[in-house]
Amino acid sequence: MKLMKSMKNDYSLSGTMDFNYDELGLRVGLEVHQQLDTKAKLFCKCSTKLYEGSFEGVARIERYLRVTKSEIGEVDPAAVFEFMKGKKIIYLAPSNHTCGVELDEEPPHELNREALEIALGIAMGFKSKVVDEVHVMRKIVVDGSNTTGFQRTAIIALGGELDDDEGIVRIQTICLEEDSARKIDDLGDAVVYNLDRLGIPLIEIATAPDIKSPEQALRVASKIGLMLRLTNKVKRGLGTIRQDLNISIKDGAKIEIKGVQRLELLPKVIMYEVLRQLKLLEIKNELIRRGVREEDIQDRIYDVTNLFRDTKSRLISGNVSKGYKVYAACLKGFKGLLKLELQPGRRFGTELSDYARQWGGTSGIIHTDELPAYGISHDEVLELYKYLGANIESDAIVLTVGPEDRCINALRAVINRAKEALRGIPKETRAANEDGTTRYMRPQPGAARMYPETDVPPVKIDEHIIKEALKYVPKDPGSVYDELVRKYSLSQELSRQLLRSPYITYFYELVQEFGDEIPPQYVASLLTIHIGSLRNEGVPVENLSIEVIKHALNALRQGRLSRDGVINVLREYALDNRRPISELIEKYSTALDIKYIYDAVHRVIDSNIDELVKRKDKAFNIVMGRVMNELRGKADGKLVAEVVKKVLNERLGHGY
Amino acid sequence: MDFTGSQVRPGDLVRIFKDGYVIEGIVMPLTEYSSKDLLVIKLSNGYNVGISIAGARIEVIKERYINIEELTAEEPRVSFVRGMSDKLISVISTGGTIVSKVEYGTGAVKPAITAEELLEFVPELKDLGSIEVVDLFRLLSENMDPDHWTAIANTVAKKLNGGVDGIVVTHGTDTMSYTASALAFALRNLPMPIAMVGSQRSSDRPSSDAALNLLSAAITSLNAPFGEVVVVMHGVISDSYSLVHRGVKVRKMHSSRRDAFQSINDLPLAKVDYSSRKLIMINSRYIKRCTKGELIVMPKFEKKVALVKAYPGFNHEIIDFLVDRGYRGIVIEGTGLGHISESCISSIRRAVEDDVIIAMATQAIFGRVNMNVYTTGRRLLLSGVLPASDMLPETAYVKLSWLLGNFSDLNEVRGLFTVNLVHEINEVHEERLFPKWYHGL
Repeated sequence: MKLMKSMKNDYSLSGTMDFNYDELGLRVGLEVHQQLDTKAKLFCKCSTKLYEGSFEGVARIERYLRVTKSEIGEVDPAAVFEFMKGKKIIYLAPSNHTCGVELDEEPPHELNREALEIALGIAMGFKSKVVDEVHVMRKIVVDGSNTTGFQRTAIIALGGELDDDEGIVRIQTICLEEDSARKIDDLGDAVVYNLDRLGIPLIEIATAPDIKSPEQALRVASKIGLMLRLTNKVKRGLGTIRQDLNISIKDGAKIEIKGVQRLELLPKVIMYEVLRQLKLLEIKNELIRRGVREEDIQDRIYDVTNLFRDTKSRLISGNVSKGYKVYAACLKGFKGLLKLELQPGRRFGTELSDYARQWGGTSGIIHTDELPAYGISHDEVLELYKYLGANIESDAIVLTVGPEDRCINALRAVINRAKEALRGIPKETRAANEDGTTRYMRPQPGAARMYPETDVPPVKIDEHIIKEALKYVPKDPGSVYDELVRKYSLSQELSRQLLRSPYITYFYELVQEFGDEIPPQYVASLLTIHIGSLRNEGVPVENLSIEVIKHALNALRQGRLSRDGVINVLREYALDNRRPISELIEKYSTALDIKYIYDAVHRVIDSNIDELVKRKDKAFNIVMGRVMNELRGKADGKLVAEVVKKVLNERLGHGY
Repeated sequence: MDFTGSQVRPGDLVRIFKDGYVIEGIVMPLTEYSSKDLLVIKLSNGYNVGISIAGARIEVIKERYINIEELTAEEPRVSFVRGMSDKLISVISTGGTIVSKVEYGTGAVKPAITAEELLEFVPELKDLGSIEVVDLFRLLSENMDPDHWTAIANTVAKKLNGGVDGIVVTHGTDTMSYTASALAFALRNLPMPIAMVGSQRSSDRPSSDAALNLLSAAITSLNAPFGEVVVVMHGVISDSYSLVHRGVKVRKMHSSRRDAFQSINDLPLAKVDYSSRKLIMINSRYIKRCTKGELIVMPKFEKKVALVKAYPGFNHEIIDFLVDRGYRGIVIEGTGLGHISESCISSIRRAVEDDVIIAMATQAIFGRVNMNVYTTGRRLLLSGVLPASDMLPETAYVKLSWLLGNFSDLNEVRGLFTVNLVHEINEVHEERLFPKWYHGL
């Protein structure tokens, strides 16, 4: 196939993609969602801490959601309904983390004042215009992640801007909204959610599509994240901040991508989306070149179960023995296109498979571009082409196996998506994968899915609220950097690291607390380098609260802990925070008699004397290592080294 | 052209210039809570925001960009959609949350009162039969009064005589049990269950309980073996089954939960399983279906009946006042086994001498009144107070209103009040009829 060759040579999927984003007309808008660190949830008095216990004995509630209108977008609403009506949603409601409000058994309370004030403070930091009255809306969401079937959300400010090296990026809206429930499991015909996260206040900052490169997106997202952290009123740790993107290129479509959890992934997601759109445009052009027209793609779905009576494919025979059937549809003129890679590891066939899954709830599709495979023989493929009256040279056939109604919905969605390929790129909401690729989630919603939350009275923004909100206005990041370098004499690199870390506000608090007694440079490197390497070890550093770090540093100030001891205490506390911090400080205390260190050194030398004499050049390292091991970090390494040198010099002669 | 805030009307598309910002959108009606110096604007992304008009310049881009109309009272009407079987289900709509429906443009809540609108939300109803919707009232249930009970009873009777296979009455939940009792006394020898149904979450919400409740109500009215007025609502907060409660024994026991309706001092009659759509009988004590010709309709209610609650500090003047105002019956929601302060006894005696019927139910809700145990109870009995046995105070109130509306002989009224007519009295309270509460264990 001519097309395939040309496509293969165009871009290397694994390497970096050197796109000229200017020429491509890349436009990116960013939505940053950040959990606020409030005492209570947005519409009830439950805690905003997540539940960590087991689900044994936790209340379990089963629900169904219904959609009646086309709030979901332009695709056939009946199909949405067909898909959703069978889907059971199971909610787990841990006590102390949930009440009647999360369960949709009690109307929402009034809008949380603390959350509103923090959000308004942040809005002022972005020079956004605060509205005069906040109106809470209901945004229809029927995937079960909200027990009500809608998310409560309110615009609190409009406009604003952010400086960036590549020019000003405008802020469009700042919203205060409730976080959704955590998905725990998907059982096929049921989804399981934990309700602990539902209702935690989120601030959503949406930029205009002013971002023009993947690198700029990363810079802007980092800056927004930093400003949020500078309020000291946002939650830390994985999952507390999420980025959504909307990405478009010239002749492409505006695609929404949800749920990028790691900031570093943003540039990759953008690159891959540009790649995907270019590939889809190439598919469109190839279809036109082949002379395929929309009306050529038939809506007919065939029951082909009988063709697989004697199949060797376990995938098929296993399902058929459960009473399921095999269905097929012909995509005229699509031969070879389904195996084209749009993003690394994701082919056009994968896109069709996503549609089948989302609309039919089937496990996906099998297509002739990948056959023979899955135990399906070449003869069976030939039979299939014959039965459907399809042309083996030019057509592709898509198969799915499962219950009848699901298969029909799945193939209907596949056929519709194939037709869209002739028109270009369908507007979609996609979800980000861990590797930076994306998968189809649902069609884009329109504004019609929004209507007022009549249970929550609007809040007039008066001088009193504004006065409280002023407390939370974040400092300008530029001035913070200058201050770190000038006032605290941090190196430029360390300052930048600190600004990127989640702990910038800890730094200020700790420096204020310990003044000159602990050098700010040490505090900064503790918060960046040392905690960073703990994180790399896999230690859950999000368990380290400011109070815990204060306790450890206080012990350092009093000489009870060495710097190594501080790290050991923090590591152990983060790994198991049920033990009181004072106990750990005791464990690693350096209030060791210097004599104890001398005893240890002598003891080690005594028991290894032969080896030490033989390997004189390694003697220091051997003794040092074994002594430190014995003292388990209770003593400062520097001090131990001095003692070891001294004793070795005494006992084995000079030169250590 | 520039306008001031008072010159723009809901529905207009406007552009507002203020503090260097430009905001464009559609003017929405103000909410009850909104301050008057604001405009509520719907932006193109669907969000509403309130913008103060002080210091703002407003430009009307297009007047009446969308049509925002006031709700107009219409004549009751009937709509019909043909279903998949030859059964006919009549849905009598009286208002409440179950039929409220939001208009996505304005956010205004309107009643959905046509069969088409109902089926848009519960398309499965069509599998059960053809659906006819009678748009009788659009009332919030707190505004229901005994005249409405009469009208509903007459409408149901007309439908029964006209030949339907099932009757569902939609109703606001707050006073649904009162109306259910009223219909239970007014309509006797029923040829099918009259299934009253409401919802605790409006039907415009994806999580509404309305669909499951409506389906269960229709299934009950079509299939159940009894001829009683029942209330069909969620049995638990999961969407797993609905309970069919006897109308005279059901009470709303929670202000907001889906399973707020529970049978008191009685077992529910049946349950309807959601996944199998099957009616499963629970209670064997019920009135069987009669034939169509046996129906008796006694739809009158006396409005001069009061339900008063006894409490510490209750002043007997309240009773005197009611008597002086010509009230013909008073149900006291007494304390415990059926008491009210002894200071009321002379007022009660005077009332009884004036032919006012005084009855006693218990505010403990669960259990039965027994006025023989304590002195006050015995004195109240001797004064002529009628004990309501284990009747709910609401049921006792409706029963007295119905008796006084349909029987002129007061001795007959007294006699009938204390005997069981439609299972409003349950003589046997099994231990397990009392709910188990959570005690932290």
